[in-house]
Amino acid sequence: MTDLHERSLTELAAGLESGDFSSVELTQALLDRIAAHDAALNALVTVTGDEALAAAAKADADRASGDAGVLNGLPIIHKDIFCTRGIRTTCGSKMLDNFISPYDATLVERLGAAGAVVLGKANMDEFAMGSSNETSYFGPVKNPWDLERSPGGSSGGSAAAVAARLAPAATATDTGGSIRQPAALTNTVGIKPTYGRVSRYGMIAFASSLDQAGVITRTAEDAARLLGVMAGFDERDSTCLDEPVPDYVAELGNSIKGLKIGIVRQHFDEGLDAECGVKVKEAIATLESLGATAVEVDMPNIDLSVPTYYVVAPAECSSNLSRFDGVRFGHRAENPQDLLELYCRSRGEGFGDEVKRRIMTGTYVLSAGYYDAYYLKAQQVRHLIADDFNKAFADVDVIAGPTTPTPAFRLGAKMDDPITMYLNDIYTIGANLGGFPALSVPCGFVNELPIGLHLVGHHFDESALLRCAHAYQQETEWHTACPEAFK
Amino acid sequence: MSLDKEQVQQIAQLARLELKPEEHAELVDKLSKIVDFVDHLSAADTAGVMPMAHPLDVAQRLRPDVVTEVNERDRYQQNASSVTDGLYLVPKVIE
Repeated sequence: MTDLHERSLTELAAGLESGDFSSVELTQALLDRIAAHDAALNALVTVTGDEALAAAAKADADRASGDAGVLNGLPIIHKDIFCTRGIRTTCGSKMLDNFISPYDATLVERLGAAGAVVLGKANMDEFAMGSSNETSYFGPVKNPWDLERSPGGSSGGSAAAVAARLAPAATATDTGGSIRQPAALTNTVGIKPTYGRVSRYGMIAFASSLDQAGVITRTAEDAARLLGVMAGFDERDSTCLDEPVPDYVAELGNSIKGLKIGIVRQHFDEGLDAECGVKVKEAIATLESLGATAVEVDMPNIDLSVPTYYVVAPAECSSNLSRFDGVRFGHRAENPQDLLELYCRSRGEGFGDEVKRRIMTGTYVLSAGYYDAYYLKAQQVRHLIADDFNKAFADVDVIAGPTTPTPAFRLGAKMDDPITMYLNDIYTIGANLGGFPALSVPCGFVNELPIGLHLVGHHFDESALLRCAHAYQQETEWHTACPEAFK
Repeated sequence: MSLDKEQVQQIAQLARLELKPEEHAELVDKLSKIVDFVDHLSAADTAGVMPMAHPLDVAQRLRPDVVTEVNERDRYQQNASSVTDGLYLVPKVIE
């Protein structure tokens, strides 16, 4: 059984079910792969081998006694933004280098209760602020398709681990594209559900009106399987919405015949790499060949989505990160002279450059005299952008386009210019601003590097996205390609 | 609009961030670029547009004001650098 790492979560579930192998065998096989390959990738901050093997043994025992949950014995990785009880939870920051969470995030609890086995915690941009994984205190993650390139971010560790077959799935979070952009750049599937669909309880907050938890897998079918467990009301998150959760796996079987796809004119302008544009249009043509129809839609305000985001997200981050005061948890400066110095030095020492830039930007746009010009203005433009989507969704079921303007860029290429880095998320941010579900699915290679097709759906209609991506994956084989060094 | 050194210092003070001299200089440059970039918003016509605080325009749910958590102070304080008798310690505030 040397090919376990190549199998999808769904295939592994069938193998466990039929007794071809045990969860302990599967878990050990993936821990061995992590030990062999992660030094090259730096995808994991913490490997929880002992805990994983104990959870796998329990899963096997549960199955033997006829008590197998829907994810019984299936190994996954958690992004290190999710609190895991008794296990270090760093959020990619020196600030939380030694933080042992006293509780589990709701998402961690739900996946665990369904029988999932946690192999470790994935590296990420510090506090999820970044699009390349280079802002992590624990060093950049490497893209398995080219170790000199970035896997994207902020969920770069999750994406690289799944792409390199260290795990069939990893949890992730998305505030402006942090699930979908790394998924596109590593040939994986990434879904950001509707805002409020998955509980944020125990997910370290960056921008609370934008953050949403999701998952990175290699197939839409696997994403559907996991999302069904993760989604649903949680009274511990006051922004979690009480909407019925459909059986995503069962709905995958429905045809996409008659599905109406909107193509945003503005998403195919000069900002998009020409070859990427060709591949994305081919992918849309494939969906049309499966019975979908495509129409052009106009989004006049979409160009303002990046500047809007870089007011709203830093403003919320400056407020959220004020909890790090060096007193109750997190890094504390040595020998402060007074309370103010304790705060200022603990924060100055504990946060990295990008996090400081965002806290500073947010503090500025919220400060007296600038609030109306920046924060209030951005909240108004946010409404205009959401209205562009709502108008388009009056006529179409799904909006399709590129996930990123280019394939993966070289490590270091964009670190000196924050604006160039921010523009990575130009196609993904709109979905966060409007709270819409969105997904990236592998749709080909440009210069031997993977790219993704981006799909955005109506509020709470993750099913349409998963169905579309699943139908596409039945017709294409892009997602089965594995980077050479990780076969 | 570019920011000057004094403005950046004042923002850092509001944000409770101590900056090293080289960080301070770099932030003057990079924050100015970021502010120039977000200034594109000023061109948008937003007359009469409601500010959007929640992406689904939903009001925040409230819960009954009752105790639901058990006291686990000792466990929570294991993450604090300085505690005594269940209290968090900070430098002396009142002489």
